[in-house]
Amino acid sequence: MRPVNPASRGSLLEVEDLSVVFRQRGRADVRAVDGVSFSVSPGETVGLVGESGCGKSVTSLAIMGLLPKRGVRVEGGVSFDGTDLLSLPPDKLRLLRGRDLAIVFQDPMTSLNPVVPIGTQVTEVLTRHRGLSNGEAREEAADLLRRVGIPDPSRRLREYPHQLSGGMRQRALIAAALACRPRLLIADEPTTALDVTIQAQILELLKTLVAESGTALILITHDLGVVAGTCDTVHVMYGGRIVERAPRHELFAEPRHPYTGGLLASVPRLDQPRGVRLQPIEGSPRDVIPWARGCAFAPRCPNRVEECTPVAPELLGDRHGLRCVNPLRSDQPATKAVPR
Amino acid sequence: MNTPTGPAVPGSPGGPPDGSAAPGEPLLSVRGLKVHFPIRKGVLLQRVTGYVRAVDGVDLDVGRGMTYGLVGESGCGKSTLGKAVLRLVEPTAGTVRFNGVDVAGQSREGMRRLRRHMQMVFQDPLASLDPRQSVESVLSEPLRAHGFAGDRSRRVRELLDLVGLPAGAAARYPHEFSGGQRQRVGIARAIALNPELIIADEPVSALDVSIQAQIVNLLEDLQDQLGLTYVVVAHDLAVVRHVSDVIGVMYLGALVEEASSDELYAQPLHPYTIALMSAIPIPDPEVEERRRRILLTGDLPSPVDVPPGCRFHTRCPFRQPTRCADESPDLREMRPGRKVACHWAEEIAAGAIRAAASAHDPTATEVGTPSS
Repeated sequence: MRPVNPASRGSLLEVEDLSVVFRQRGRADVRAVDGVSFSVSPGETVGLVGESGCGKSVTSLAIMGLLPKRGVRVEGGVSFDGTDLLSLPPDKLRLLRGRDLAIVFQDPMTSLNPVVPIGTQVTEVLTRHRGLSNGEAREEAADLLRRVGIPDPSRRLREYPHQLSGGMRQRALIAAALACRPRLLIADEPTTALDVTIQAQILELLKTLVAESGTALILITHDLGVVAGTCDTVHVMYGGRIVERAPRHELFAEPRHPYTGGLLASVPRLDQPRGVRLQPIEGSPRDVIPWARGCAFAPRCPNRVEECTPVAPELLGDRHGLRCVNPLRSDQPATKAVPR
Repeated sequence: MNTPTGPAVPGSPGGPPDGSAAPGEPLLSVRGLKVHFPIRKGVLLQRVTGYVRAVDGVDLDVGRGMTYGLVGESGCGKSTLGKAVLRLVEPTAGTVRFNGVDVAGQSREGMRRLRRHMQMVFQDPLASLDPRQSVESVLSEPLRAHGFAGDRSRRVRELLDLVGLPAGAAARYPHEFSGGQRQRVGIARAIALNPELIIADEPVSALDVSIQAQIVNLLEDLQDQLGLTYVVVAHDLAVVRHVSDVIGVMYLGALVEEASSDELYAQPLHPYTIALMSAIPIPDPEVEERRRRILLTGDLPSPVDVPPGCRFHTRCPFRQPTRCADESPDLREMRPGRKVACHWAEEIAAGAIRAAASAHDPTATEVGTPSS
């Protein structure tokens, strides 16, 4: 039995039991995403957090219908404002993408076309989806660039991606994503390739956007610090499944899953006294067991007990969802202060 | 970790000429170091049309057994500085003294001998390890090259044990390891010859967050066991603060502030440090909501065309109408142990000058024109 998602009232996007299986010739299938459910409401920011290989990016590609058709099986349901995106024919989906759904990727250099001026890449969306004339689209594009904090936008529109700095490129990409005032924006590690001072600018921009236009935002990141300052609800993923889900304050104040607690204890905090030894999670994300044989995190888990295998725990709990048979107790702090 | 006494220079063959290093003198001493890369134009004549001033006059001292953290954003010259210390890039000007020996004055052979005492750990272990070399071969190569007298395969097993890898790892190849394990191999290679100084260039930034802590702890343990001196170059101020005794903050090729790790966090003095610290997210929503974020305006200027006056004045939220644009501030000792390169550091510290840019106005982020 799957627990009912509490935030599904008035939600814009509902992901139900989503699985993505990559088939490989001569080898066992890889279940990159394994029964993921969550929802996003207008004006809400939802964080998908996890390390490389946890399935967070594949989830976003599956929602956008951007996975290749060959060799990939997508199961479950993705419903956007009542429309099932997974069964939508490609031409209908293309109408939604760019207009109602938009995505920003990590590396702005690979997602912008290097031989096409920035302006064309932004106006393309406007002429295609909003039927603006070229002149109108140029004016609108200049306005968009100004909104995301690019100075001298009419000159920038004529420039090529390589003429812009990394932060500028990411802002241009966000401008293109915002061109049609999308109702859902997916930002996949939008600031990972950028310096912290530029990251602060981009995150501020995204926050303003959500607050002003009521855009629903899915923020995908490995950085718990980014999550702490931006997301309303946080889903922590491990091995393709959500292992813990909670409102932001609750998750950080009282992490219950040993993986969440482990992540928090393993990053040095700027505001923590020095001399506190970091508590790493043992092993590496490679050391997973298939969920069919128990909890994927069990091989690395400090709280491992016999019940962790062979039956994987369910995600239980409405407000604070947890997939663990032996969670952290509240008297077992996530950040143990062990003097060096 | 703060033990100021390391082991003496081993008197083994190939040791540096045990020079003028007086007791209490820093192990590493850098003065006026500059690295300028020429920009050439033209096919035949290759005229030099300008210079990338990657490192533009840096002074720093690193005491024995200490960790010096060098932070700054991409393009600030921190990695070039690290390489220039080892003479992996040739400095344009300035001196580097290691253990009392002038590094720049060494011959090729002298440099080769000196390098066994100063080693490097790189950011991307997959790129810095030869994919066709087994771990055994990777680790015994420096031993062979420097004429290690003992049993090489025993030393390899010893090294693997020191960095927390099983002895069976020796027969395996880099691609068979996870990122964290590969970085352990990179560290084992660096400590193979019992060096005194290790320059670690972004040692954890290519690793998953849960793995970073393992490597940070390993570096700390090795320092305790072997009395190593570190220069850690990284962009992540939280990691640098965790491992370093002293931190130098770099901006556009120069140090703008230097302080002990605790003091730097307690009260950053340079406007760039203040902005950098306020931009670093802290994984705690309560803290995040209380913090005031100082947003910097625009991007890093090009190191080809360093702004006149204070190099930070084009983005500085504390910029004043006088001095900043036309007078270059020296890195001066404001109080004992606190060096800062800002004309107005006292006034900013006292709260008499406040940051200008608004944190919630995206239109305030314009290049070169800080809203005042």
